[in-house]
Amino acid sequence: MKSKLRVATTSLAGCFGCHMSFLDVDERLTDLLEHIEFDRSPFTDIKHCAPCDIGLIEGGLCNADNVHVLREFRENCRILIAVGACAINGGVPAMRNHFSLRECLQESYVDGMGIVNPQIPNDPELPLLLSKVHPVHEVVHVDYYLPGCPPPADAFAEVLNDLIEGREPKLPRSLLHYD
Amino acid sequence: MDQPQNPAASALRRVAIDPVSRVEGHGRITLLLDEAGHVHEARFHIVEFRGFEKFIQGRPYGDVPFIVQRLCGICPVSHQLAAAKAVDQLIGVERLTPTALKLRRLLHFGQVLQSHALHFFHLASPDLLFGFGSDAARRNIVGVLERHPELGMKGVRLRKYGQRIIEAIAGKRVHGTATVPGGMNKVLDTQQRDALLADVADAIAWCQEAVALNEEIHRSHGEHRDFGTVHSHFLSLIGDDGALELYHGGLRARSATGELILDGVDYRRYGELLSEEVRPWSYMKFPFLQSVGRDNGWYRVGPLSRVNNCDVIPTPLAEAARKRFRDYGDGGLVHDTLAYHWARMIEALHCAESIELLLHDSEITGGELVVAEGERRREGIGVIEAPRGTLFHHYRVDDEGLIEKANLIVSTTSNNQAMNASVRAVAERYLDGQTLTEGLLNHLEVAIRAYDPCLSCATHALGRMPLQVELVDAAGRLVDCLSKGSGGDFARGG
Ligand code: SF4
Repeated sequence: MKSKLRVATTSLAGCFGCHMSFLDVDERLTDLLEHIEFDRSPFTDIKHCAPCDIGLIEGGLCNADNVHVLREFRENCRILIAVGACAINGGVPAMRNHFSLRECLQESYVDGMGIVNPQIPNDPELPLLLSKVHPVHEVVHVDYYLPGCPPPADAFAEVLNDLIEGREPKLPRSLLHYD
Repeated sequence: MDQPQNPAASALRRVAIDPVSRVEGHGRITLLLDEAGHVHEARFHIVEFRGFEKFIQGRPYGDVPFIVQRLCGICPVSHQLAAAKAVDQLIGVERLTPTALKLRRLLHFGQVLQSHALHFFHLASPDLLFGFGSDAARRNIVGVLERHPELGMKGVRLRKYGQRIIEAIAGKRVHGTATVPGGMNKVLDTQQRDALLADVADAIAWCQEAVALNEEIHRSHGEHRDFGTVHSHFLSLIGDDGALELYHGGLRARSATGELILDGVDYRRYGELLSEEVRPWSYMKFPFLQSVGRDNGWYRVGPLSRVNNCDVIPTPLAEAARKRFRDYGDGGLVHDTLAYHWARMIEALHCAESIELLLHDSEITGGELVVAEGERRREGIGVIEAPRGTLFHHYRVDDEGLIEKANLIVSTTSNNQAMNASVRAVAERYLDGQTLTEGLLNHLEVAIRAYDPCLSCATHALGRMPLQVELVDAAGRLVDCLSKGSGGDFARGG
């Protein structure tokens, strides 16, 4: 039997919607699981990537941890795929790029409504925020881009099936969404 | 100086789990233990930040529902609807057409059903079926599909059913568009309605099985009763007649012993009732009931809260299940943290039954979808019971209809103090004086998972939440660190 392709997935500065859309393959998940297995992913308890065939990245980069995780994926994944608008161009989280980070923090924790004990959280446990939100290709090489917000479930299935069959992934126009 | 001079003699160990897995989003747990290994502090951190309240400023109000839903891909419909309710107020619409209201309710039942199914089957069930300390490599949905294929597949199909409802009304399953100011944008066509009706009996049956399974698991495991259990107040929306309500109602809060603190209060007054405290170590705030005060006014929201809070569930199968649940509480409220799972499946059953009723309602395929604008207002507050609990959206606009000020209290934020208390309870009970193991670390995550925290939502302020356990001495030096490695192994370092 051919060994299974090992797939890691992560959500950086994303909303999890791309992961949800992946799960929207529904019953086809069991067929896919004949050919793939999960490494690090929000669906497993594997906390760090081992060498993998495919890495799916949802979300862009908003803090130092995101950058760290992205590099871990790039180092370990033979094929890295930027999934969804946020990974590809920053998406909704990048809307904060029109403001300074301080203004955003100030609004949420100091000037906001109904706040007691106003202060900007600054514990060493909290990873450093990046001053702007960045798409993933600005930090690592990306092999493929899967557009959409989120990409449709069929697009996940097509791309994975192409890779399982050893083909270059190529999506039909009908599965290329830029919503 | 009374600062400890010898860190070794007064060591507080820091333990961190990073990232917390099988939750939606990212989080980190840290523990501080004293020399004797007693838990000094247990914290659950939200480590990301989005800045929504700021970046939404200057946007036209009509865009808000479709921007804000992208905070969370698991409950986007709840965000879209809460924002839409606020937008209705901005344009002076008090009452939707019967069809629009029913479509919104149907949409939201689909949302809650899919989210609850996802949480139990895909994320939490491995702990409950295989054990909290079971083999980490199989403790996931793939393991469930391998070892309990029939059950796992029912979970996949139940989630799919909820997603199909959303797709039929909003055009796509994740981040569709359904609402417009004052109503809805599309008629539900009869073919779609019939296709959904054809499968609703299955969905109800799977929910019944899931309720029975969760009841069985909770009753048969004595240790589940106290696992991470905290005694808290409960907050939720409530229907006019005290009925469970997920779309619209007044605010009800009960004390831990069951007395009403608030009842039937117009949610637009939430600002007089709730405040949020900021603490320096988390991007997630700590809300509390003002009338009870900052120290004791924290409360829980979500399925456990709603099923405890209501007097009745207006669909028969779920009501029968609720009665069994409350009987288990033996006259009092059920505070067991792990009973969240049981309550969640009771709600899933209520959703499936309600979907059937709405699909049979002749108005659901009606064509009157939008109400004309009334007198415009500067402020709109929309509140809904999202899958994880009461969700508040508050917007103020300028003369041009551009957002001037926004405030969100997302469900997971309301459970912040409780999740912290549960982590602490589990740490004290299972970690005290113990050598840390991977299975032990998972116990902490099991407590967090019960709340079904949505860290995507919770990071609307900033963004993500990993889990890792570290021990720090009293001088703040890292003494021990345990984190999960690839393949589910765990590594010690520090
Ligand atoms: S692309 Fe869309 S669905 Fe994917 S993470 Fe971003 S907002 Fe969510």
